[in-house]
Amino acid sequence: MAIKVENLTFVYNPGTALEQCAVNNVSFEIPDGQFVGLIGHTGSGKSTLIQHLNGLVKPTGGKIYYNGEDIYAEGYSLRQLRSKVGLVFQYPEHQLFEVDVISDVCYGPRNLGLSETEARSRAEEALRLVGMKEKYWEQSPFELSGGQKRRVAIAGVLAMNPEVLILDEPTAGLDPKGRDEILNEIAALHEARNMTIILVSHSMEDMARYADRLLVMNHGEKAFDGTPKEVFQHYRELEQMGLAAPQVTYVVHALRERGVEIDEDITTVEEARGALLAALRLQP
Amino acid sequence: MGIIRAEKLVFDYIRRDEEENIEEVDRAIDGLSVDVEKGSFVAILGHNGSGKSTLAKHINAILTPTGGTVWVAEMNTADESKVWEIRKRAGMVFQNPDNQIIGNVVEEDVGFGPENIGVPTDDIWKRVDESLEAVGMTAYRYKSPNKLSGGQKQRVAIAGVMAMRPSCIVLDEPTAMLDPNGRKEVIRTVRELNQKEGITVILITHYMEEVIHADRVIVMDEGKIVMDGTPREIFSRVDELKSYRLDVPQVTELAYELRKAGAEIPEGILSLEEFVGSYMKAYAAQGGRENCADGGQRTDCRSQKEMQ
Amino acid sequence: MVMLREITIGQYYPVDSVLHRMDPRTKLFGTMVYIISLFLTDNVWGYTAAALFLALVIRLSHVPVSFMVRGLKAILFLLLISVSFNLFLTEGEEIFRIWVLHVTKEGVRMAGFMAVRLIFLVMGSSVMTLTTTPNQLTDGLEKSLGFLKKVKVPVHEMSMIMSIALRFIPILVEETDKIMKAQMARGADFESGGLIQKAKSMVPLLVPLFISAFRRATDLAMAMEARCYHGGEGRTKMKPLRYAGRDYAAYAVYAGYLGVIVLTKAVL
Repeated sequence: MAIKVENLTFVYNPGTALEQCAVNNVSFEIPDGQFVGLIGHTGSGKSTLIQHLNGLVKPTGGKIYYNGEDIYAEGYSLRQLRSKVGLVFQYPEHQLFEVDVISDVCYGPRNLGLSETEARSRAEEALRLVGMKEKYWEQSPFELSGGQKRRVAIAGVLAMNPEVLILDEPTAGLDPKGRDEILNEIAALHEARNMTIILVSHSMEDMARYADRLLVMNHGEKAFDGTPKEVFQHYRELEQMGLAAPQVTYVVHALRERGVEIDEDITTVEEARGALLAALRLQP
Repeated sequence: MGIIRAEKLVFDYIRRDEEENIEEVDRAIDGLSVDVEKGSFVAILGHNGSGKSTLAKHINAILTPTGGTVWVAEMNTADESKVWEIRKRAGMVFQNPDNQIIGNVVEEDVGFGPENIGVPTDDIWKRVDESLEAVGMTAYRYKSPNKLSGGQKQRVAIAGVMAMRPSCIVLDEPTAMLDPNGRKEVIRTVRELNQKEGITVILITHYMEEVIHADRVIVMDEGKIVMDGTPREIFSRVDELKSYRLDVPQVTELAYELRKAGAEIPEGILSLEEFVGSYMKAYAAQGGRENCADGGQRTDCRSQKEMQ
Repeated sequence: MVMLREITIGQYYPVDSVLHRMDPRTKLFGTMVYIISLFLTDNVWGYTAAALFLALVIRLSHVPVSFMVRGLKAILFLLLISVSFNLFLTEGEEIFRIWVLHVTKEGVRMAGFMAVRLIFLVMGSSVMTLTTTPNQLTDGLEKSLGFLKKVKVPVHEMSMIMSIALRFIPILVEETDKIMKAQMARGADFESGGLIQKAKSMVPLLVPLFISAFRRATDLAMAMEARCYHGGEGRTKMKPLRYAGRDYAAYAVYAGYLGVIVLTKAVL
């Protein structure tokens, strides 16, 4: 039981004409080592929600527990929490500021009070994890390509050694190659270190491929919570929320309606390939 | 001869050190020739660094060639006296919606271009009204751009270009920073302008589902054109696309995979409807008929048979 | 950061009124006239005239008085200082004294006038910003200062800079908030520590902010060029400023008001 959210509510500008409820009475638990996908249209409250998880925003109501401890309790160190629950913002490369890559990645560990050598070894490890070759370490981060900058920024959070990694649309604005590289590295972190991952994304295809569980936010409320297969069954409701299911889901439903006998919970191209070949009595 | 023409276009980004000595030369476009027909919808694909944005900036004379020539409506972009005329004819929409809106009110931003080229006041209003109508943003005309969604901001930017009465719009990754709904909104708008107003559209993107409605798809790699054809032709070459580090829509990939495994499915499937139609045909041909005997989906099976 | 968001530059109160529809130049000139009148006058009659004029203008603006009074909070400190200076340091007929501070009849009078003058000044100019959008204000300034172009002052460019700044301030405020949170997620601490420590901790905030501002500026310059922007030369206006009947009426009222002020000074 790593993260537990209880009746979380957050209201912007309470008591004024601009009052706006961003998160409304949301509860869930995320056990250690889960890969959670968080989806919802723009303005559904998902960004506000994730900023609560490492204590950057104080809720209007409700509680958040990390490993059983109330993170907003008196005396609880939010700084410690932020090293345990790493948060990578959208376009994280916009936070880079140091003269070279390695110093930038050292910023987090240094803030934790680690010695210079310790910080550096953490930074080196994090850079290796995101696949940044040593020849880039002494370069200015501003001379790197978009995808590389983003990886350095993610390393900046990884260097804090978090147990939970939250990423807000880490592939936004990247080309397909950059996108696949980043997602594969995240999946590798999840596999190799059993890191809990919370991934915010608009790509249902990526969600179907990587996530163990999907949380769907709509108008500040939790609309669905289940495995991608379960959630994508509700593709009609998802559409009403301005979302969609992977294209494959639509193929499967259309074919089933026409009498092709295949499982309705197919969500990836690989699964569909096997099922559709079998229905045609062809060997996969 | 088309509205936009490039011949043996070469462009180098040159980095110089403090003493103005050349430090590094980076060839972004390498001997590219292309001819774009008036009124067509052309999509340009390619991964980051393939030179597609550099090409786009040549069409608006923001960049001028290192070698070769670019003509826009018969005007050479290297001719400095024609710069403003070229920019009037070929408008440009950029990636970041925030960084291209100048006005503090939507309608004032749309009027910015016409103001710059000295259009009389009454005429500016007419153009602003028409352009906002064309992109469906009339209801938002008095709003601050900061209060709009990403897709709406991009539509305002498109209206701003339309108010210059261009014959061609170049869109440089206009949807890269938008969510799926915003992307659809922008693409729908662009398609409408192309169909209703006959505007030539050059759309640069790396989202494959955005190019299936184009008349022509061009794939760029290392500053050269490596693939050029209709969406169907391009999408029937899935492996080749993947070698240029591009993606294909899930139905295209699925159809391609099934075909490779021996299923009778045509090449270059682009949409869900197409996929379902051709799969049902193959299904009916290979034992799917038995299902017809069970009843249930009779009408569908019959129509499939009739088609054969 | 919440503080930053609450500061709205040139807060505009969006209702419809004669004043809202008035040409910004008329309002700029009127504000100037009013400020001058406040410094001209030095007796009860003059201040009464100024108060009546202000009451009339506020009434015409359809902006609630409570909204105006709120604006005075910002100058409360300044007000207290200037009142106490006048109250305690003016020489004259002593009323009472506490320790070295003595309060005189003249002091009370001066302090009272000073307070009224300051309050009127702030309220008078806020009537202008409350009824004029920042854009109109920029346009009004550009046109009013147009004569400076003859002496090579880049009036058009300055007003373009102002209007772009107005557009990007909210964007940059939001961005500051985001970068701050992103660095806090990396363990940054912007609150504790001494002055030097605090200044040092701002580097990870300011560097990305400057880089972002520069990137936006480059992008914007390119977008403006792509839309044929080439300075003020040969440029037309979508919303040109034109005087209407109400503006001429306003100028007549200004003349009348100034006349009354001069009269109160000369006669009484």
